[in-house]
Amino acid sequence: MAGNFLPAAKLTASGRPVLDSGEVECSLLSTVDLISEDLSAFPHLKSGLLILTTHRLLWLPSDSNTPNITTAVYIPLSTIQHIFSTKKSIKSMFHSPRIRFQVSTTPEGQVSEKGLKSLVITLVLRGKMDTDSFLGKFWDAWRGQAWEASGSATESGSGSRSRESSELLAVKMPVVGVSGILRKEQEMWESTDKSLQDAFQDLNALMSKAKEMVVLAERMRLKLLSGSNNQTSGTNDEDMGTKEEMQDWLLSVGIASPVTKESAGALYHQQLSRQLADFVKKPLERAGGMINLIDIYCLFNRARGTELISPDDLRQACSLWEKFDIPVMLRKFDSGVMVIQNKTHSDDEVFSRIRSLVSKPDALRTGISASDAAMTLGVAPAMAKEYLLAAEGKGLLCRDVSPDGFRFHINLFPEISPDDRYLVKDHGIYSMWISAVSSS
Amino acid sequence: MQMLGEFKLPHFFNYPPYFTLQPVRDTREKQIQLWKELILDYCRTQKVFVIGLDEDFQLFSNPAIERSLSHESREAFLSALVLEGRAEWLDKGHRKCLILWHRIQDWADLILRFVKENGLEDSVMTVEEIRSGVESRGTELHGVDRTILMRALKLLEHKGKLAIFKGTSADDEGVKFSI
Repeated sequence: MAGNFLPAAKLTASGRPVLDSGEVECSLLSTVDLISEDLSAFPHLKSGLLILTTHRLLWLPSDSNTPNITTAVYIPLSTIQHIFSTKKSIKSMFHSPRIRFQVSTTPEGQVSEKGLKSLVITLVLRGKMDTDSFLGKFWDAWRGQAWEASGSATESGSGSRSRESSELLAVKMPVVGVSGILRKEQEMWESTDKSLQDAFQDLNALMSKAKEMVVLAERMRLKLLSGSNNQTSGTNDEDMGTKEEMQDWLLSVGIASPVTKESAGALYHQQLSRQLADFVKKPLERAGGMINLIDIYCLFNRARGTELISPDDLRQACSLWEKFDIPVMLRKFDSGVMVIQNKTHSDDEVFSRIRSLVSKPDALRTGISASDAAMTLGVAPAMAKEYLLAAEGKGLLCRDVSPDGFRFHINLFPEISPDDRYLVKDHGIYSMWISAVSSS
Repeated sequence: MQMLGEFKLPHFFNYPPYFTLQPVRDTREKQIQLWKELILDYCRTQKVFVIGLDEDFQLFSNPAIERSLSHESREAFLSALVLEGRAEWLDKGHRKCLILWHRIQDWADLILRFVKENGLEDSVMTVEEIRSGVESRGTELHGVDRTILMRALKLLEHKGKLAIFKGTSADDEGVKFSI
């Protein structure tokens, strides 16, 4: 069939083209159609491998095509009369790039050098490739006219024009060395490209189904929203039940409940909040009544094992406590540290403990550090520091910053008389301090 | 009680927090008040007129408790004095501070008293004589800081009590009293 128009190309057993002497491959392109828009009888060669050599343009069928129907063909470059330049138009952006050239043919249509008639052949480049680069090589090969001077059979001739041009054009195809690796890369990439294209076909099908799901979920969501807005005082319990179920289901599919703003929070957070309140009891006791939020986060997640909660979930769960009657509360210190403490916990009690600690003779002399307070109060040092800073804010303590560290003393400034700096009242904390200091 | 030269130090000079600038407002205000008074009294008894922030100023450290005021604290307390009109910065970088344990007006009054007590109402004297002459011995004017003295004299000149004139040499300024 194709043989009427295009001569058949000889292939090796493994499908590689047999090159003539002096013929060198210049470029390979995959997924190329070879057609003639003028002649309907011309065979429509689809998705083949196009090989440009210094002498010919070969078209090989790809593996998927059955080899019986199409065989490899070639067009001698010598038959090409003219290569058309590619016009870039808006239309060309959406279509695969095409390369057109005119060959001389016999009256029957066979491609021949000495033919009197001519025929325009089109290459449709369907694969991903650099069209301009190929076109450039195509031009070079055609103008190089390597077939004219192909008298020399050996490669190792002196600088003949064809050898020069073929060397210029040649892209040697070794299977070893860096270029071999590069070539393998190229081939791998081309095959990946093809399989990706196939995969995307399936994905498109999946996407359309997913769209339907999202539309359905949206409708349900709107229904829930409108349902909650229309609530009258006499709510049907059953309705509420189904609504909660729906919310739960939506959440499990990953869609946040739409009634979060209106109600006491999504069911998920409510449940989490209660669970957390129960969990927190024991660690709180162990930590002396106050525990850092970060510590609770670690403990809680470790206890859960799987289905870990995010820091945001934790914070939201804690903030929900105020809405319920729960014996623990979230508290934020001035320094920004957030802790969980018992509602019954009183700061004043802690402050009186701090005062008695800091009035002891040793503490009067040297003051106390956060770790000293931590030991006495039975809390973590970070918590103790927060307490000390709070006590300082209340005027109970004063800070002493030195190379020895950050320590706190009982606040004596109020005891010093503004009129007489030397005056010391009997039996006050000031005189206690003086005697404690002077006895060292 | 500890002494610093002839100055009696108060008990709270051994209180470590006294040497750390307190962050809590009420506590800090009390602390600043105590330091202001301490500085003024110490400077008056020891006749200190200028405090250099980068120099070792005995009042600003207590080796017994191994504490001393940071540069920031020193600047804070001296600035409080400046705000009250009892001190002045001598440079933009706040490195040197002129301490007015007597206000300029007080110094001016002292000069007037000095003039009257020594019968110098119509006489002429050099500035240097006022601060180091025989007559000034035993008075607070003796050894007074030149800058302060000049300011007080200028104040009195402004009031018409005297006239300042330049002498034969650069620092040989003189004063003609007309009290």
